[in-house]
Amino acid sequence: MGFSRFVEPGRVAYIADGPHRGKLTTIVDIIDQNRVLTDGPESGVPRMGIRLDQVHLTKFRMKFSHGTPTRLVRSFWNKHEITKKWEASSWYRRVENAKKRRAMTDFDRFKLRHHKSHRNQVRKLAFKQLYNIKKKEGAWRRKSKEELAKAKADRAAKKGKKPAAKK
Amino acid sequence: MVETKVKKAPAASKGAKAAKGAKPRIRTNPLLAPGVHRYSASHIFRKSGAWKFVGKTTEKKVTPRKPLTVEKKIGGEKNGGTRVVLLKKRTSSYPTSNSIRKHPSKNCFSQHKRYTRKTLTPGTVLILLAGRHKGKRVVLMKVLKSGLLLVNGPFKLNACPLRRIHQNFVIATSTKIDISSVNIPEKINDKYFQRVKDAKKGKKDDGEIFAKKAERYTPSEERKKDQAEIDKQLIAAIKKNPEKKLLFIYLRTLFGLRNQQYPHRMKF
Repeated sequence: MGFSRFVEPGRVAYIADGPHRGKLTTIVDIIDQNRVLTDGPESGVPRMGIRLDQVHLTKFRMKFSHGTPTRLVRSFWNKHEITKKWEASSWYRRVENAKKRRAMTDFDRFKLRHHKSHRNQVRKLAFKQLYNIKKKEGAWRRKSKEELAKAKADRAAKKGKKPAAKK
Repeated sequence: MVETKVKKAPAASKGAKAAKGAKPRIRTNPLLAPGVHRYSASHIFRKSGAWKFVGKTTEKKVTPRKPLTVEKKIGGEKNGGTRVVLLKKRTSSYPTSNSIRKHPSKNCFSQHKRYTRKTLTPGTVLILLAGRHKGKRVVLMKVLKSGLLLVNGPFKLNACPLRRIHQNFVIATSTKIDISSVNIPEKINDKYFQRVKDAKKGKKDDGEIFAKKAERYTPSEERKKDQAEIDKQLIAAIKKNPEKKLLFIYLRTLFGLRNQQYPHRMKF
């Protein structure tokens, strides 16, 4: 598979560094190998040059030409519903989760740990119950030679049947 | 009067000129040819105003000189009675002894003004970082006069008694408990926590230098009583919190860092 996200006009990018960190913007023009002109009128990012290493490319792309003015970038943005699509993406969810995690206080962290361990306890108990039921049925018992031979014969019979059914 | 007339005449002509072509005022005397200047010496003399000072003298200002020396009286016989001393000491003169400087008055350490962090308000849950109880989460009761923090486990929950700790050895969390209902008696101050000196230690003729028994600290009955009383009130205060159940477990558990947790990046 080749690359699918390119630095091109109309490519929506996530700003990962700098004063506008955490916002979306679009590439409008390419200044040089390292910098691009970006604009994000709907996400509160001014039209500015930005280093490419401060920016992560998203899968979203609008089709417009080099140097499209802010007015048109805005209309394209709304037409393509970029904000809506972004907020539905898993990337956005990940960002939001990280934000929440960062804002957690010591007590919050404790509560999370407490509830998690409680959940795991319940889960473990449920698993144990199912396991024991199966155990009683003899699912984990070592099979005798006769039983193994029977199982093998069954499997062979199934295999022989299947191609016939297909024909 | 003659002088003023002379002064006015060129000004008038200049004004007329300015109206015509607004030429800048001539300040230099350009050289037209070697030895020939644009303006004559008399012209320059008139223009520059040098004529104003012809035949005038300014009086010299006489500033009184400050004396360099002073005559000081000297006591004792055979000392001549007086001595002439330089007011400004020579750079080469070294004192034979250090002069006694007057120190600015400082009050005692116990009287110093104390500063406590803004986050350290009574009722804050703290994480202890040093001492016997490090890692425990405790409740800040109040700030004592010495600047030390009075903390309490409560003892019933995590075995951290009423004790003092410096604010540097503590992380303040944003969890707060309303302890306005807790009454801390006046007697619980810095003196209350002072170490009791052992009276027996002074005796040297015991002969039991090597057979010393390691004495364990045992709290006095008074302390036990105070501890129980404050614990009771504090636990009652925690119970008023809507998250009381979790708070109890929270105060019981020790603080610890896990992978990818950096305390300087975390919010407490």
